[in-house]
Amino acid sequence: MPRKVLIVDDEPNIVTSLTFLMKKSGFETSVARDGDDALTEVERFGPDLVLLDVMMPKRDGFEVCQKLRAAGHTELKIILLTAKGRETEVAKGLAIGADAYVTKPFSTRELVELVNRLMAGS
Amino acid sequence: MFATWIVVVASLAYLGVLFVIAHYGDRRADRGRSVISNGYVYALSLAVYATSWTFYGSVGRAASTGVGFLPIYLGATIMAALWWLVLRKIIRISRRNRITSLADFVSSRYGKSSFLGGLVTVIAVIGIVPYIALQLKAISITFSILRGPAELMTAAAVPGVPVLQDTALYAALLLAAFTIVFGTRHLDASERHEGMVAAIAFESLVKLVTFLAVGCYVTFVLFNGFDDLFGQAASRADLSHLFTHGDNYGEWLWLVVLSMLALLLLPRQWQVGVVENVDERHIKKAMWLFPLYLLLINIFVLPIAVAGLLTFGKGANVDAFVLTLPLVNEQPGLALLVFIGGLSAATGMVIVETIALSTMVSNSIVVPMLLRSGDAMTSRSDLGSVILGVRRVTIVLVLLLGFVYFRLAGDALALVSIGLISFAAVAQFAPAILGGLFWKGANRRGAIGGLIAGFVLWAYTLPLPSLAEAGLLPVSFVEEGPFGARILAPYALFGLDGLDRISHSMTWSMLANIGIFVGLSLTGSRSPAEHVQAAEFVDVLRRPTDGAHATFWRGTATVGELQTLLERFVGPDRARQSLASYAAGTGIDISAGSDADADLVHHVETLLSGAVGSASARFMVASVVDEDPLAVSEVMDILDETSQVLAYSRALEQKSRELEAATERLQEANARLQELDRLKDDFVSTMSHELRTPLTSIRSFSEILLDNPDLDVAERQGFMGTIVAEAERLTRLINQVLDLSKLESGSTDWYLEPIDLRQVLATSAQATAQLFRDKDVALDLDLPARVPMVEADRDRVVQVVVNLLSNAVKFSEPGVGRVSLGLEAGDGTVRVDVTDNGPGIAVEDHQVIFEKFRQGGDTHRNRPKGTGLGLSISREIVGHLGGQIWVESTPGDGAKFSFTLPMAIIDAVGSSTVGAETEG
Repeated sequence: MPRKVLIVDDEPNIVTSLTFLMKKSGFETSVARDGDDALTEVERFGPDLVLLDVMMPKRDGFEVCQKLRAAGHTELKIILLTAKGRETEVAKGLAIGADAYVTKPFSTRELVELVNRLMAGS
Repeated sequence: MFATWIVVVASLAYLGVLFVIAHYGDRRADRGRSVISNGYVYALSLAVYATSWTFYGSVGRAASTGVGFLPIYLGATIMAALWWLVLRKIIRISRRNRITSLADFVSSRYGKSSFLGGLVTVIAVIGIVPYIALQLKAISITFSILRGPAELMTAAAVPGVPVLQDTALYAALLLAAFTIVFGTRHLDASERHEGMVAAIAFESLVKLVTFLAVGCYVTFVLFNGFDDLFGQAASRADLSHLFTHGDNYGEWLWLVVLSMLALLLLPRQWQVGVVENVDERHIKKAMWLFPLYLLLINIFVLPIAVAGLLTFGKGANVDAFVLTLPLVNEQPGLALLVFIGGLSAATGMVIVETIALSTMVSNSIVVPMLLRSGDAMTSRSDLGSVILGVRRVTIVLVLLLGFVYFRLAGDALALVSIGLISFAAVAQFAPAILGGLFWKGANRRGAIGGLIAGFVLWAYTLPLPSLAEAGLLPVSFVEEGPFGARILAPYALFGLDGLDRISHSMTWSMLANIGIFVGLSLTGSRSPAEHVQAAEFVDVLRRPTDGAHATFWRGTATVGELQTLLERFVGPDRARQSLASYAAGTGIDISAGSDADADLVHHVETLLSGAVGSASARFMVASVVDEDPLAVSEVMDILDETSQVLAYSRALEQKSRELEAATERLQEANARLQELDRLKDDFVSTMSHELRTPLTSIRSFSEILLDNPDLDVAERQGFMGTIVAEAERLTRLINQVLDLSKLESGSTDWYLEPIDLRQVLATSAQATAQLFRDKDVALDLDLPARVPMVEADRDRVVQVVVNLLSNAVKFSEPGVGRVSLGLEAGDGTVRVDVTDNGPGIAVEDHQVIFEKFRQGGDTHRNRPKGTGLGLSISREIVGHLGGQIWVESTPGDGAKFSFTLPMAIIDAVGSSTVGAETEG
């Protein structure tokens, strides 16, 4: 049974590229366009890992991450993606329970390696 | 009536009591627990104003002129009301400058002139001698009456006795000894004599109580109260005139003026009022207590005078009624009490007066002479004891002079007449002192000239003829003038006849004194020292009460030299003590070898001033230090600075308020800066996001294409299309950011010209026609036939309209979307409207959408694809062209974006519009 990855971003082109990369690596994918969608999709789809954009309409990535951890999704791997490369945000993201923090634009190879590593660890 | 020994023992006993009180007062003062530090004692000590003159002389005066005894007390009462204004200022000045006598005050005011100090002293001594004589005469007469045969009680005058049998001589010597004992115990820099003040206050009580006692006895025991007394007198033709003051207004006026000045300028009043004052606030109490004292001691004057006249008739010794009334009525106890009361009045005056004069003689005449001769500065002797010796000798000499005058002229004049001569003498100080107190322009030459002229005229018109009348000069001198020059007759100078002697003398002496004082002051110049002192005196109440003297000294001196100097005048212990406390207060190094600063030099000079007077202190300090003289201009600079310092201290408060306000503004500015910093951070962060987002897609798809050469063609084409689109988006974003940055920094070039907005709108519609077609949205152009020209940059306006049209298209639904472009002339402006039927914009976003990177709407579906800079740029452009841009919208019912542009000048005045015919 393939591992599942939920892709959360409001930029269609980025969603397209991430979906391509995850499928190519053998994961089952699903997409959410904003924070609210992300929360419902986690419950419905039951992913092993979430690629979570920080800057989104409605709930931002930090909030979603916090809510997921608070809702008991402790085993779920969460990778935050952000286009705002500020140090404080990296620290904040890790502090609220994200497993990794990736700054856009990212190397696709490194991102895939990171996802694989996290999947292997769980 | 009394045995001599009884009177002598009673007198000595009284003096003994005084001594005990004085001793107690001094002991308390040494322990720092002053008995005189209250307003009541101060007021009572000021009542030293009431002397034998009051005690015996007023009754005598009342017996001959009725209410004519009153002006002396009216004037004093008026002056008491002015004390807060005048006396307080003098006290403040004296305290700050350690001025310990009237002579020193005048000297200090006029540039520390030792000549002036000496002159004032000489005038004071000569002027006061008759007054001392008056006291001696009173003691002598009352003593004689008390112990003499009964005939003396009713005699017109006490017959003369040989010098060595004269009670007055022994009284003078006894008083001298007494004064020396508690007036010159040691040299104190402040010249304060607390014990003496306590004794004087006690004496004032004794005077008052005894006088009231005899008054009550005469009025209520000998007669049946005031009604009875005055009734009997009024019924006698020769006495009724006593209750009206006649028509001698001129004399009344002069007497009031004289007594006003005397209350301030008599050396003894100066001593108790200024030098012995402990606290300025005591003046307030004295201002009503002192007049009350005068009122009480005057209540029975007229009744006793009337009773005396009714009892003895007009031929009796009117000055002795107070004593003779109890005596003839067989009340020896009361008479002895009265004698003691009179003795207290006399001794109080003599003690204080001679102490004050001795300070003046030693500090303003002898010490300056010693210093000038150079002996004092070179000899190793203790100058302190020399000064004390001088004072003791002065006390004896002044009393002996008084005795001599009494022997020479005392018989010829009534008590009051003698006293008035002294009043007129000290009145000569008024122009120099009062003028110097309130007028900075008063100068040394004016003071000296006025004093000499006033004094000479006083001497010529009052004491000199009195001596002639006593037989020392030919009587013709008085009646026909010297050498028969009637015009110079001392009682009718320059033909001024018909005035009483006091008015006559005062008229001439004051005329000359004031005239010369003012005249020379107005025409002469002032030395630097005078400038300094004039400012110090006149402005004293505006200065801080302690410290903060302007420093008018420049030179070099060592602490050791100053200490040596100080030791010789105040003793080694006091010198060390004083310097140590000064050092403790200021933190200045006072080791012997170190350089003294200007403040320390000033401090030492001030200390010395207390011991030897300001002029001498100045001289001595100058002798041990190397001084650079200050020029007038420099002094003026320093004075200027001082007044600036004063203004500064007032300004300080203002400044601290301003500082608070500034702090507040700074905090606001800081908060604003932080806000700007946060905005900048947000902008950078947003920019970063806006740039990274397309870059992310470009990089991702490029890597995917690179890593997956086996992608099918359709997928490959799609990915590459995305890369191109995102690259375009990036380019657009960068262009707009640069554009906006140029607009904001004002470095854009503007090509302003009158333009026709109908053409601009048409151009813009053409430029966006493809967008509308692609999305299947309709565009209506609703342009009026004529519209005024506007002054604007054509390309920039096109940019704004295109931006608004693009936005409208983006938010319109394909098929049903409809955008209309309108144009309307308003008041001096032309308005462009871009209206759509899209989803509309929430009211809270109407402002926000014009900010950078802020787009209306919140949902992902509504979010347009744009840089978020278009409206910001539009707002910059419209704003720069002098117009406004805004949006009107109700969510769900479309939006209308409008902007205005000002009409071109020619159109603003309505002369030209662009007609429809220009279209095309």
